Amino acid sequence: MSLFGINWFRYSSPQTFYPLAGKLAPIFLTMAVMLGLVGFYIALFIAPTDFQQGEAYRIIFVHVPAAWMSMFIYLVMAGWAAVGLALNARLSFMMAQALAPTGAMFTFLALVTGALWGKPMWGAWWVWDARLTSELILLFLYVGFMALQSAIEDTRRADRAGAVFALVGAINVPIIYFSVKWWNTLHQGASINMTKAPSMAAIMLWGMLLLALSFWAYSIGVALLRVRCVIAERERESAWLGAAAED
Amino acid sequence: MMHWASTTEFFAMGGYGFYVWISFGLTLLCMVFELWQLRGRRHALESGERA
Repeated sequence: MSLFGINWFRYSSPQTFYPLAGKLAPIFLTMAVMLGLVGFYIALFIAPTDFQQGEAYRIIFVHVPAAWMSMFIYLVMAGWAAVGLALNARLSFMMAQALAPTGAMFTFLALVTGALWGKPMWGAWWVWDARLTSELILLFLYVGFMALQSAIEDTRRADRAGAVFALVGAINVPIIYFSVKWWNTLHQGASINMTKAPSMAAIMLWGMLLLALSFWAYSIGVALLRVRCVIAERERESAWLGAAAED
Repeated sequence: MMHWASTTEFFAMGGYGFYVWISFGLTLLCMVFELWQLRGRRHALESGERA
């Protein structure tokens, strides 16, 4: 299949994707730094003080982007798992594997920054409300995915088992997203809506969006770097096993 | 442009400095750590192959 003169399926082979990933990763990481610098500048120097929450609200600038990435990365990971299972593509499974640690990191950050915001504002580090609980479950799903993969010796079986696990867990993401609408939660409702204008000041929204884009570019860059390691490690393992089998 | 009257005010964050700075600091720390860890993984691979 050729689109813009590129045969995309060529890149579904780990060997051909490897150098491409190497070229793309620094581009995404540079974008992440540039977007991050502007985003953080807005968050810390330009955005005004919140009328109700004072300066503590600034945590939103890292909390929301981290939470968005935690959900988005899981969906992408589950997407690659599905593609891997459907097309029996090794590289798809490797991408899922490469995304998990970054997703887990952002989930952890969303939870911790949420707690740091919750304590001064609402008086509690943690409540078992729908959103917080489902986000915590998301962390367990990421960790479970990584643990499951490392627990299974045979790479192919580990990939498939992990992929099924990731897909089953994907239902949690819409639960997190809609939790503030479906249940009575302490966590505030959606700040950004598809149908109506956002309720927050434009400059605050811009800071949040720029940092979200920065985290997104960072995630792609890191995933590309990590998948290169995964490709090389699997290559080395199969070469080693191949050489041992010849003896 | 600059929202803060002094550096002290900036670090104090209206009394919420502890919460705000740990949030931002931990975020940056995690990202730097992740990149550093990947670098280590990469070096281990490259030195392993040469061995």
